[in-house]
Amino acid sequence: MSDSTPAVVEHNPDLRHHFANMEQQTETAVMGMWVFLITEIMFFGGMFAGYVIYRHLYYSAWLEGSQRMDFWWGTINTVVLLCSSLTMALAVRATQLGHRKSTVTLLIITILFGLAFLGIKGIEYWGHIVTEHQFPGPGFRFAGPNTSQVEIFFSFYFAMTGFHALHMIIGVALVSFIAYYAWKGRYGAHYYTPVENTGLYWHFVDIVWIYLYPLFYLISHVHRK
Amino acid sequence: MASTLVAAPERENYLNNEYGISSWLFTTDHKRIALLYLVTITFFFFIGGFFALLIRLELLTPEGDLVLADTYNKLFTMHGQVMIFFFLIPAVPAVLGNFLIPIMIGAKDLAFPRINLLSWYLLVIGGCFMTYTILSGGVDTGWTFYTPLSTHFLDTHVIAAALAIFIAGFSSILTGLNFIVTIHRMRAPGMTWSRLPLFVWANYATAIIQVLGTPVLAISLMLVALERIFHLGIFDPRLGGDPLLFQHLFWFYSHPAVYIMILPGMGVISEIVTCFSHKRIFGYQFMALALIAIAVLGFLVWAHHMFVAGISLYAAMVFSLLSYFVAVPSAIKVFNWTATMFKGSITYSTPMLYAFGFIGLFTMGGMTGLFVAALGIDVHVTDTYFVVAHFHYIMVGGMVMAYMGGLHFWWPKLSGRMYPENWGRLAALIIFIGFNLTFFPQFVLGWLGMPRRYWQYSPEFQVLNVLSTAGATILAVGYLLPMVYFLWSMRYGKPASDNPWGAAGLEWMISSPPTTFNFDQTPTVTWEAYNYDELQEAPVER
Amino acid sequence: MLSNTFPLWPTRASTISGQVDALFIFLLMLCGLMCMAIFVAIVVFAIRYRKRPGHQATQIEGSNAVEFTWTFIPAGIFLFIFVWGAYIYFLERTPPRDSMDVYTVAKQWMWKFQHTEGQREINELHIPIGRDVRMIMTSQDVIHSFYVPAFRIKQDVLPGRYTIAWFRASKAGTYHLFCAEYCGTNHSGMIGDVVVMEPAQFQSWLNGGGPMGSLTQTGEGLFQSLGCSTCHRLDTQGRGPNLIGVFGKPVLLEDGRTITADENYVRESILSPAAKVVSGFKPIMPTFQGIVSEEELNALVAYVKSLTAQPSGAAQNPTFQGPAASKADTTRQR
Repeated sequence: MSDSTPAVVEHNPDLRHHFANMEQQTETAVMGMWVFLITEIMFFGGMFAGYVIYRHLYYSAWLEGSQRMDFWWGTINTVVLLCSSLTMALAVRATQLGHRKSTVTLLIITILFGLAFLGIKGIEYWGHIVTEHQFPGPGFRFAGPNTSQVEIFFSFYFAMTGFHALHMIIGVALVSFIAYYAWKGRYGAHYYTPVENTGLYWHFVDIVWIYLYPLFYLISHVHRK
Repeated sequence: MASTLVAAPERENYLNNEYGISSWLFTTDHKRIALLYLVTITFFFFIGGFFALLIRLELLTPEGDLVLADTYNKLFTMHGQVMIFFFLIPAVPAVLGNFLIPIMIGAKDLAFPRINLLSWYLLVIGGCFMTYTILSGGVDTGWTFYTPLSTHFLDTHVIAAALAIFIAGFSSILTGLNFIVTIHRMRAPGMTWSRLPLFVWANYATAIIQVLGTPVLAISLMLVALERIFHLGIFDPRLGGDPLLFQHLFWFYSHPAVYIMILPGMGVISEIVTCFSHKRIFGYQFMALALIAIAVLGFLVWAHHMFVAGISLYAAMVFSLLSYFVAVPSAIKVFNWTATMFKGSITYSTPMLYAFGFIGLFTMGGMTGLFVAALGIDVHVTDTYFVVAHFHYIMVGGMVMAYMGGLHFWWPKLSGRMYPENWGRLAALIIFIGFNLTFFPQFVLGWLGMPRRYWQYSPEFQVLNVLSTAGATILAVGYLLPMVYFLWSMRYGKPASDNPWGAAGLEWMISSPPTTFNFDQTPTVTWEAYNYDELQEAPVER
Repeated sequence: MLSNTFPLWPTRASTISGQVDALFIFLLMLCGLMCMAIFVAIVVFAIRYRKRPGHQATQIEGSNAVEFTWTFIPAGIFLFIFVWGAYIYFLERTPPRDSMDVYTVAKQWMWKFQHTEGQREINELHIPIGRDVRMIMTSQDVIHSFYVPAFRIKQDVLPGRYTIAWFRASKAGTYHLFCAEYCGTNHSGMIGDVVVMEPAQFQSWLNGGGPMGSLTQTGEGLFQSLGCSTCHRLDTQGRGPNLIGVFGKPVLLEDGRTITADENYVRESILSPAAKVVSGFKPIMPTFQGIVSEEELNALVAYVKSLTAQPSGAAQNPTFQGPAASKADTTRQR
């Protein structure tokens, strides 16, 4: 029977014992992240399905709700996330090239973009919840017909953007960990899988927002406060 | 009988390489994790079984006289939740799959050993929430959590139960993820897809369902919890919501879930039938394809649980038609197993007895599926004991028997000991008899019109209920026996050789129990699965 | 203790029962055959091919021909079963046109029935033999299910909308009514009786009837007292659409959709008037959610249904639209 690696060859200190070589380990880890992201798609998918159904049933209420979104904050947030994906992708590239300082810088900028997104989201939520009383439940207030249907719109808004924000928070924490270890010199051309995987996760969370943005903010061009 | 202590020092294996509780709680060895799962799910099996016993005792008489109505409603709810999420779904994949898949493909461990351990912890944490729910007064939504009952009309521990299942769901998702990546990436040289044992194919198909379906359950339960906490109206018609939306979301997972439960069992049966017929499987490619077909088609039939729920006539017809499609690959498998026995050389070992039971009872359960898939019939029998009997035939008569068969088959490998064969056969017989006595009368009850989830019932249903309860007590004895003799065998069982059954497969080419890293050297596979033409028959061991 | 009867087959008491039973018996025979075949095969193989000295297993890889046979033959049989079952279901879900309506309100944990003639019943339903009966059902709280085993029919009863079940009783007697969708504490107590009577007996039972007058009369009373008639006038001058002849016809909505005015539409229009606004009208109707009970809703629905087109003359447009599209030239009020 053939042997895997002869004892003499010096192997990568990051090679875990149950893998035959680094290539197998890296491919496995990346595949694992992709499968995980598919489960995330299914998780959000349930909510998207519910959204589509209610939008079809209550289109005018959806229109009303969308017009009460803050178009400018939403658009700025979209730009922020797209930029953060750029810096994240550049960070992965920098790691692959072994540029430790650039890696850390780019990761930190990504974190800052992420925090900016969350901050803006916080501002929006404050407006919706505290100022406009648009949080569903007994305290919900809406002047106009179809109150309960608009309330359902806001249920979906808070549920979907809420879960998205939760994933963003996790993402920011992940990137922070990676940034710390990158600063410590853990990654380089020989081993950058954690950075790559974090990048995949980050891009996924970005893509979810790319869907949420038009679905909630862009149903109609006419916007009023 | 069996020798007690082995005089010579034991070889190092995964059980004796380390001692102490931390070596178990912090292990990343897939074999030890499998045993951790074994303990956990056995615990929950007996809890779920205890609830079942109380249910059957209450149903001895038509009046509700053993427990209160609310208590009864909690009993059947938690029986379902515990059995499904904390026993059936993890059973074969997390115990047998975890143990065997790396070995069967020639690998040293799963792709992500630490995630494997995390999966177990998630099941345990979910189990803690479930236990909390049980001990603090229970939940009575029915395992199906239909709205608006569960969201607006009950004040029991709905959220705790939903959380328990949510967390257990992630255990399932991560196990599925691990299996998919492992089977894709960790196969030894020469172990091509077409040489994989069907047990591996079965767990692969199961893993696909786990990964794609379970997240939808997660979001459904999450929305129920949010609706309760924040008084939302997503499922409440008074607030413009739609209770049927919940049903669609719920069943989108929960129908594929039944395939998560049965497919691994089918994989086990393929291993057992081939070994104890000493024959390759009949129609390997069709068997593998049938597993994938069931997994895929299983996602397309969910609304057959909703034929009288208020869906449109045409939607109902589509789902009925698709439900018949998914029956075809299951039928193919039954025919192929039977054909495998044809011109074989058959041994009546305990695992084989369980396999006989599985094939017969799964056929009965599957055929009654034809009844419920027929729209005109389902209108009468849905939500009655007919459906209860149908799914118990598949889950208990099918799945639990497959699990028991698998446990017995691989017990020598897991533990290094043989269980007492005659006790094994006796338990299998008792289980078979007890099972049929419990559940066959329920087909009649359902056809007569007795609805399910009834604490009290009309007196003319009593005779059949008494028969059913009698069967349940016999079944309970049947399940207790293996508990006793498996434990006994760990100390007093005859030490097992590497391949006591003369079976094909990489797991039988290594020691019983295996060493920590399974293989001294990674094997290179040059043979097809079930290469019984090359294998010697095992000497008749007692 | 033990009941004197130990039934093994449910009574057949509706015109569909026989059809359902026929398919069931066919399936019983088919499944009995298949199971027997498999059991016999297993037993025979297990004995005939048991391991014994001098006997060797024959390795057989498979056979495409055999596989295709036992794929396509079962598939064909399954298709046949599907069509048969679907046909029965189609019959079950298509109530005949001249059915006798019974409005049903399910609530935790009782069944309330309203006959159009005015009788109200709780947990007991009197119906005549040989008449098509249409149950128009809604729930006041959670999902229930209306199940009469002897009739072989079952239909979930939902809050927030009407669901329909229909049957024609074929045998006089008293039959079980069960709630078949778990609905809380007393789910198993939410049972009753369906009493099928000969037509003459049923007539006299009806005449013994409700002090309230017919359901339609009750509905008309509510129509006035709740102020509906203020806007829904019997001419084209009202702020709301004229309801004569509306029921059962297509309606053009403001957003361009056309829907049929069935019971659910009328109910929704009372509870969520802004959901579907008729073309040419403004969404100014207030909601009556919380103001009318389910029984009152049933009465109003029955009343609107009874407003068939007068021969003399209100607009007989095939598609009901607002006055803007009709010949009337009334200027609309804001």
